[in-house]
Amino acid sequence: MSRTSPMGESRPDPDRLLAHVQAEEARANRGKLRIFFGASAGVGKTFSMLEAARVAKAAGTDVVIGYLEPHGRVDTERLAEGLERLPALAVSYRGIVRQEFDLDAALARRPGILLVDELAHSNLTGGVPQPRHPKRWQDIEELLEAGINVWTTVNVQHLESLNDLVYQTTGVRQSETLPDRVFDEADNIELIDLPADDLLARLQAGKVYVADAATTAVERFFRKPNLMALREIALRRVAERVEAASRALHPERARSRIAGERILVAVGPDDQAEQLVRAGKRMADAMAARWTVVYVETPALLHLSDADRNRRIDVLRLAESLGAETVTLDGPSAAAALLEYAQTRGATRLVVGAPKRRAWKAWIRPSTSTQLVRQARGFDVVVIAPAGGPTPPSLTARPGLQSVPQTVRWERYGWALGVSAMCTVLAFAMYPHFELSNLAMVYLLGVTVAGLRLGRGPSALTAVVNVTAFAFFFVPPRFTFAVSDVQYVITFAAMLTIGLVISTLTANVRRQTSVAGARERRTAMLYAMSRELAVTRGIEEIARVAVRHVAEVFQCSAAVLLPDEKGKLRRPSGAPTERSFRGADLAVAQWVGDHGRRAGLGSDTLPAAPALYVPLGDELRHSGVLAVLPANPRRVLLPEQSHLLDTFAGQIGLAIERARLAEVAQTSSLAAERESLRNTLLASISHDLRTPLAVMAGAASTLAERGEALDAHLRTTLAASIERKAREMSELVSNVLDLTRFQSGQVALLRDWQWLEDLAGAALERLEERLKDHVVEINLPPDLPPVYVDAGLIVQVFANLLDNIAKYTPAGTHGRVTAAVEGHLVRVVVEDEGPGFPPGDPERLFEKFQRGSGESAVAGAGLGLAICRAIVRAHGGEIEARGREGGGARFEFTLPTGEPP
Amino acid sequence: MTEAMHQILVIEDEPAIRNVLKVLLEAERYRVIEADSALRAEIETRSHKPDLLILDLGLPDGDGQAIIRRVRAWSPVPIIVLSARAMEEQKIAALDGGADDYVTKPFSAPELLARVRAALRRNVRGPEQTSVLKLDTLEIDLAKREARSPAAEIHLTPLEYRVLECLARHLGAIVTQNQLIREVWGPERLGDSRGLRVCIKSLRAKIEPNPHKPRYLVTEAGLGYRLRADEP
Repeated sequence: MSRTSPMGESRPDPDRLLAHVQAEEARANRGKLRIFFGASAGVGKTFSMLEAARVAKAAGTDVVIGYLEPHGRVDTERLAEGLERLPALAVSYRGIVRQEFDLDAALARRPGILLVDELAHSNLTGGVPQPRHPKRWQDIEELLEAGINVWTTVNVQHLESLNDLVYQTTGVRQSETLPDRVFDEADNIELIDLPADDLLARLQAGKVYVADAATTAVERFFRKPNLMALREIALRRVAERVEAASRALHPERARSRIAGERILVAVGPDDQAEQLVRAGKRMADAMAARWTVVYVETPALLHLSDADRNRRIDVLRLAESLGAETVTLDGPSAAAALLEYAQTRGATRLVVGAPKRRAWKAWIRPSTSTQLVRQARGFDVVVIAPAGGPTPPSLTARPGLQSVPQTVRWERYGWALGVSAMCTVLAFAMYPHFELSNLAMVYLLGVTVAGLRLGRGPSALTAVVNVTAFAFFFVPPRFTFAVSDVQYVITFAAMLTIGLVISTLTANVRRQTSVAGARERRTAMLYAMSRELAVTRGIEEIARVAVRHVAEVFQCSAAVLLPDEKGKLRRPSGAPTERSFRGADLAVAQWVGDHGRRAGLGSDTLPAAPALYVPLGDELRHSGVLAVLPANPRRVLLPEQSHLLDTFAGQIGLAIERARLAEVAQTSSLAAERESLRNTLLASISHDLRTPLAVMAGAASTLAERGEALDAHLRTTLAASIERKAREMSELVSNVLDLTRFQSGQVALLRDWQWLEDLAGAALERLEERLKDHVVEINLPPDLPPVYVDAGLIVQVFANLLDNIAKYTPAGTHGRVTAAVEGHLVRVVVEDEGPGFPPGDPERLFEKFQRGSGESAVAGAGLGLAICRAIVRAHGGEIEARGREGGGARFEFTLPTGEPP
Repeated sequence: MTEAMHQILVIEDEPAIRNVLKVLLEAERYRVIEADSALRAEIETRSHKPDLLILDLGLPDGDGQAIIRRVRAWSPVPIIVLSARAMEEQKIAALDGGADDYVTKPFSAPELLARVRAALRRNVRGPEQTSVLKLDTLEIDLAKREARSPAAEIHLTPLEYRVLECLARHLGAIVTQNQLIREVWGPERLGDSRGLRVCIKSLRAKIEPNPHKPRYLVTEAGLGYRLRADEP
């Protein structure tokens, strides 16, 4: 579909240029489609195709026959000999096995040119194995996309937009149709032309295969006037194509022709809708105009039968497949809505069906088309006469659109009788004091109430019962149905009419309100989802939010399938909720993701599947697939619902893309932070490494060179100092490693239920040597619950805190480890009686490379507390430093507890 | 240690560490065989039938875990694993896989030698070890399921007995949490350490002089437990 915008002609729009380049690129990789096109069966399309194939084969091209209709014509079969032929796929359908084209075999074989007969053929939907697409042209699209050149054949009557015209000319309706787009986008159209007389001669000679040659319908079809008309249509169609091609070559000429043409086709729920859409398509093609198909939902149309509603869906789908934009408007009057829409959208032509009302009815309320003709300003109204003869139901109902029987609400009829009873009781009470006409008012009130609250049927019942009761109980002669005065007849009639009018009006208003309300709700829901997605972080979380919203709005279970690094879709990893759709078919979803097109329920691909798969984002950057399993298929099949689903998918796709970018950004900033940490570390460690290294090198060299000269005690002292320094260095290196692991988020906690006593004890034992001059007591309450932590890491926390006691407090002082339960936490306190913290904010101590007392003789790089904080936070706790009352340092940290499983 | 020279196979790719280990162990009159790769380790184990393996978990050509598995397939020889501190998961895997003990690098000589002695002692005693466990003044007769201390008679519940018995069979070595749960509670309770922790706590209350500072039944944080007998 080439659409030229009236704006932006002076400067090329970069987006459009890009789209153009991409389209060109896609075209370059795409296979070429060559169609052998004929006016009717028997002109020799297949024959010509095979002839051309033999020539190509002789020229060395890899030609393979994908499928030939098994007509068994001798000439054709002879031509096919010597060409490689793919075996047909046996498809069983209701116990009958039929030969079908094997798409997967063709894709696997990847020939240079593939011959597939009968482009308009419908695959056996519902057969086993289930075909991927309902139509052969869709198979061929996939072949072309895979880069395989395809030759095929088609007759003019199969073209969607010509379907009507052919029917009107020949009286034969083709059920297998082909979107014009496929024909228009073919790279090469070969018209196989045969004059009518020659064709008839061939037919008589038995050279033409006809399915069941005996039937009169076929005889009627192969009549000379028919054949001539078909030939004319075919020639004209090819001529149009040639003209379109030349127009594409000379765009300036094209532009002058189509300036601002816009066609609006108004369709209703009647039979003529399909005809109108096809007429609109032809008109739009002839004028190269943009066209829109509009359906107006008026109160009167709200109570259509399911069949009619489904037909409306099908008509709008047909329009979309023919390249139209579709719009559903709602308003009290179709004519007013159409006029307003036509004016705001700048339509130049409005196509409507001819009025079908009877004359007297039209006089009371003119039909929509009449109103439009009268009120149209600034555009033409084209009225299309209905096609002759009964319209066969050519659009078959889509699978999955079974109608839901309306439930009759019997309790409402009960209420209706109750209302009547109440009226009667009230009237009896009033009877002695009021006039008869006032009693009638009571009954009228009852009818009004019923009309307002109970719907049409029950209110009619109330009206009838009320009239009867009034006549029986009150109108003289009382307690008979006889009525003495004629004037009461008017009362009865008025009561009945008012009841019906009010209930009808109320029902309409209620229906429209509910429709408008539903629409408003959906918009509000879209807004709600966008807003929530905007504040959601993390792709998995976005997927969860999206599923919740989609499930709510479309009354379905849903799943967002996300691609992994290799682009392969996987199921969501989180715990499924009741709204999750767990049975999503990953193969179908993958296809959808790769092709950027919908598949499943009601779409072109696998339409009989129970679920619908919608791509998120386009095929180049696909961010996943939304799988939807609706409770009621109509929820996602109605065009406006379908558009809404696309909008949702778009929003979700954007959100996921955004989250992905954010993740990338975060990763790089994390990397930057790691880098800077490394630098600081190197600068700071060099000092702490050099000092022990100097000691070790000095002591070791002394031992090596002067070993014998030294006495035993001195030797031991030197060796011991080497060992001590080596341990310090090892501790430092471990600390640095731990910290970097925490900084980069590479630590997976090995959590288990642990007794704090064990952990503190293990740390104390590890530091036994260092703390031999201190007294550290572990004093934990006996009923302390276990904590759910990584034992090794929490031991490290204790070890670092206890090590501080060894480092910073004088020998002989006491240290203490205590703990207490606080809700779901255990608060652990490690305190000492040393000099306490240096002045300033104790929080500073938890920063990297901070030491209690600046540059000092105390070993260590000041990483211990930073590590403690990282570990405690990883466990969901917090650690802080406080001065202890009466001097000394006090560290408190919290750890999660809770009942172990 | 004069009865016979024990052979120890040191599997370590770093020559310096191997050298230190050799000097250290030979000073204690052990015979040392060296292997610098998983492949050599396999050959030396089969040809020399050493009494003890000291295995570095971070070998370049093969997974230390794989060596443990292969050796355990045909030999109960004690294995002491050398590992860095940050390798908790590997440590657990090695112990669960059949290693007897571990020493964290950097190690101190007395610590390593103590572990080596304990492992060799276990191995020498073999399967027919005495059924009476002596922890200081405490005597536990595992066969009769009785515990005696000079202070009082001690009553152990069946679960406590089984835990203690399991630890005593590996006297001086680490028994991982998983091992204990599997042997005492059964494999279906793996991952649920609650019962074990309660049991250990009550055992300590019964056999330790000071349950808050356990001397015999010590925790190896994050790994398991060790029943430590006094050095003879």
